[in-house]
Amino acid sequence: MDIGKIDKIIDRHGGGSDSLIQVLLEIQSENHWLPGEALGRVGERLRVPLTRIRHIATFYKAFSLVPKGRHEIHVCMGTACHVRGAQRVLDTVQDLTGIRPGETGLDLKYSLETVNCVGCCALGPVLEIDGKTHGKMGPAKAAAVLKNME
Amino acid sequence: MPRINSPEDLEKVRQEILAARDPGRPCISICAGTGCLASGAGEVIAAFKAEIEKQDLQAEVNTRETGCPGFCERGPVVVIYPEEICYLQVRPEDVPEIVSAVKEKKVVERLVYVDPATGEKAILEADIPFYKHQVRNLIGSNIRIDPKRIEDYLAIGGYSALARVLFRMSAGEVLSEVKKSNLRGRGGGGFPTGRKWEESRNAPDPIKYVIVNADEGDPGAFMDRALLEGNPHSTLEGLTIGAYAVGAREGYIYVRQEYPLAVENVIIAIKQAEERGLLGKDILGSGFDFTVKVHKGAGAFVCGESSALMTALEGRAGEPRPKYIHTAVKGVWDHPSVLNNVETWANVPLIINKGAGWFMQFGTERSKGTKIFSLVGKITNTGLVEVPMGIALRDVIYKIGGGIPGGKRFKAVQTGGPSGGCIPESLLDLEVGFDELSRAGSMMGSGGMIVMDEDTCMVDVARYFLNFLTDESCGKCVPCREGIRQMLKLLDNIVKGKGKEGDIELLEALSETAIDASLCALGKTAPNPFLSTLKYFREEYEAHIRQKRCPALSCKELIAYHIEPEKCRACMICAKQCPVNAIAGGKNLIHVIDQEKCTKCGTCFEVCPARFGAVRKLSGEPVPAPIPEDARAVSRKGKET
Amino acid sequence: MSEILLQIDGREVRAKAGMTVLEAAQRAGIAIPTLCHHEKLEPYGGCRLCTVEAEVRGWTKLVAACCYPVESDLVVRTRSEKVDRIRRMILELLMAHAPDAFALQDLAKEYGADRDRFEKEASFCIHCGLCVRYCAEVKKANAVGFIDRGTRREICFVPEIAAKECWQCKECFPLCPTEALQAAYVLTEALNLKNRPLSSK
Repeated sequence: MDIGKIDKIIDRHGGGSDSLIQVLLEIQSENHWLPGEALGRVGERLRVPLTRIRHIATFYKAFSLVPKGRHEIHVCMGTACHVRGAQRVLDTVQDLTGIRPGETGLDLKYSLETVNCVGCCALGPVLEIDGKTHGKMGPAKAAAVLKNME
Repeated sequence: MPRINSPEDLEKVRQEILAARDPGRPCISICAGTGCLASGAGEVIAAFKAEIEKQDLQAEVNTRETGCPGFCERGPVVVIYPEEICYLQVRPEDVPEIVSAVKEKKVVERLVYVDPATGEKAILEADIPFYKHQVRNLIGSNIRIDPKRIEDYLAIGGYSALARVLFRMSAGEVLSEVKKSNLRGRGGGGFPTGRKWEESRNAPDPIKYVIVNADEGDPGAFMDRALLEGNPHSTLEGLTIGAYAVGAREGYIYVRQEYPLAVENVIIAIKQAEERGLLGKDILGSGFDFTVKVHKGAGAFVCGESSALMTALEGRAGEPRPKYIHTAVKGVWDHPSVLNNVETWANVPLIINKGAGWFMQFGTERSKGTKIFSLVGKITNTGLVEVPMGIALRDVIYKIGGGIPGGKRFKAVQTGGPSGGCIPESLLDLEVGFDELSRAGSMMGSGGMIVMDEDTCMVDVARYFLNFLTDESCGKCVPCREGIRQMLKLLDNIVKGKGKEGDIELLEALSETAIDASLCALGKTAPNPFLSTLKYFREEYEAHIRQKRCPALSCKELIAYHIEPEKCRACMICAKQCPVNAIAGGKNLIHVIDQEKCTKCGTCFEVCPARFGAVRKLSGEPVPAPIPEDARAVSRKGKET
Repeated sequence: MSEILLQIDGREVRAKAGMTVLEAAQRAGIAIPTLCHHEKLEPYGGCRLCTVEAEVRGWTKLVAACCYPVESDLVVRTRSEKVDRIRRMILELLMAHAPDAFALQDLAKEYGADRDRFEKEASFCIHCGLCVRYCAEVKKANAVGFIDRGTRREICFVPEIAAKECWQCKECFPLCPTEALQAAYVLTEALNLKNRPLSSK
């Protein structure tokens, strides 16, 4: 990711050390991951130590220090979805993609994460792929959705 | 848009907006909240716009994309004004018929609410039993406004409370009114809001902050999402009033990043409010300055805890701090900071406009006002319900929630999220309130109400929450990081049939340490789901440990699926759908599950036709041996082969 | 600074406003066990070993002495059945990670902690945070920090900074109660091929 883009994001948030998380969120959103050079530049401009940046980049689930797959799959494991059988949906997705939550496939096709509640509890179990929400999922339906993914 | 420079100006603008609106003109309001959008509301909205253009009705019929009214089970929800006819589960194909009906002042009968028990129809929104038994002081406005248009909020009286506060009340008087109302925090702590404000106000530090906690981390709770997405100005107005009362000039709204629509709508609301002089410098010409910054969360449940949230606002990892000195005195950057939940702030304009006395007519002695709950799980009418405190839990679940679907029996309702506990059937007449729920071993929490039925394993519920908390713990203190992890290990073993005598006692000892010695409320309340399920469902724990049996027939390692030979009609449905080909059988051969291959996915159980019901779940007993192959011919009565 | 009178284990103790219960107790010669406390560092409140009973206005609560500010008329009990139970459990939880740690042996004996109560864990870091905090607050080098959260939390050196600063410093080494720090440093150095200076140290 080029330094110019990173600088622009930092400037947009005012350049103060308290904007650290907001800056990283924007870099993550644009780039789909946080490369080491980006962290270094942010540390320089915001004047915060690298240890703090690395702690934040690993403490919060939104950040990834490795590139993510083309399709980001989020399986909601919130209580309402859990009670309606979300674990079985997760098991199916794991079997079909070959990866576990937190992992990205070696072919960089899928990244899988569990999410703790996206607020669509009436539609549980919920699967979110590339930002699109699929509700009322079950093992068979989840398999069908994944089958259609390029 | 021109700035509004005085209360008189505000009223003038309000009248202008209302005058430009013909109350008799049909308006099609479609819920554009995240839930309905996930159900296809986006396509419905586009279909309405296209159809109105097609029928050339742009001059006569409006559409409005609104906030979430709460009836999420039946979305996409559409309400036709001025009659307030409510259509449910609307699809794009239904749109032409609806538009024609609007034009001809008719009703599309097949899309209105039908009571599943009585078959009675309810055409108007207010008549639907789900809404009828609620008191929708806060959430009722959502269907009436487009959150992206401040004019809609002004049209329903918005910002009149702020005008009154800035020009006709002193900060002390505002504080008095909020204290008098007995408003208690809606985020989970239930701390008296007025007292918190007063503590900050009295702190000698001149720099103070007011903060909206919109992290809403409890899984299954989405009240704040609906309020912030659907009516962001109500929170903004409340926050500004609070800032005035406390003496703050800057505020923060901490929104979880998993709510992108709420983030978007609150940013738009702030921009529009600033443009109109209702936020920012010299609000309404009063001389009072107040700015608000939006701060997105980054995926950490612990950041819903007040001191962790403030640490995150400072740009650090959200590790909680000791709160021996309240954050109301030493908060963000060690300045006095008033942190309140979205729903708490949203109540403030109502209390100012209608008075503390009005607010206190709802609720019980020590829990005043209404509360929005997210009623989810094994319940017919999933959604958001706003009810007065003091309503019986039974009424929420049966009268409003419509009871348990599928003819199943109610088992428990979990309140308070990962910090709360389960309320069993014997306590269903409990009045909903802060202290009442705490006394029963649970807590109000932010308002999540997860309904569970006979198929829910309560030991697994405890395991689920401990798994959640182990993942979300910040890891700073020993009782939580280490203690909860050990509790999870024990529960993982118990649900897998590896529990032993003494496990329950060890879990109780770990619970004591976590409750008494943890740094923050996450650790202190983490044992609650375990302790409350143990209290009311001890026999389930003992069955798992002593008999390796799951009474709810839910824990995978403890159940087996078995096809009863007398009932199997060899229809092949389960055999074809089994994802691991574990079912042997043929057209006239009784099907048999290979227990070695079976992954306990439950598909066969679900797909076996109801009239056969041949698949049974077993637990704690050995699976009957498969009948010999030559005895598997199906005997068909009346058809001798 | 005003003087505050409080009671610790039945003794009257004089303290100054702004002190913590731990500071007041130490000044009065009353011992309270600690692990993550260091006089050069800001109070941390992580190990919770210093948990004591604090009674104020009739209410008894359990607080971390290293963080709790002194108040007039506070009644503190540094030992009780409950306090001892908590300390024993904390020690047992820590001994799942570092059963042989020197700093834990005497305490384990005093409180009757069973080193085998819990299954052994892979990492012997007990997260006292002394290394991280010392490097940040005293040396201001920020060569080592925490990463991740919860049970996945670990200490981690920044290889580029460690290569420049640590060999000459090593002031955090004696602070580590379990030698997990030294192990982490050695591993970092071993993997730090691209940052190692060409000449030998």
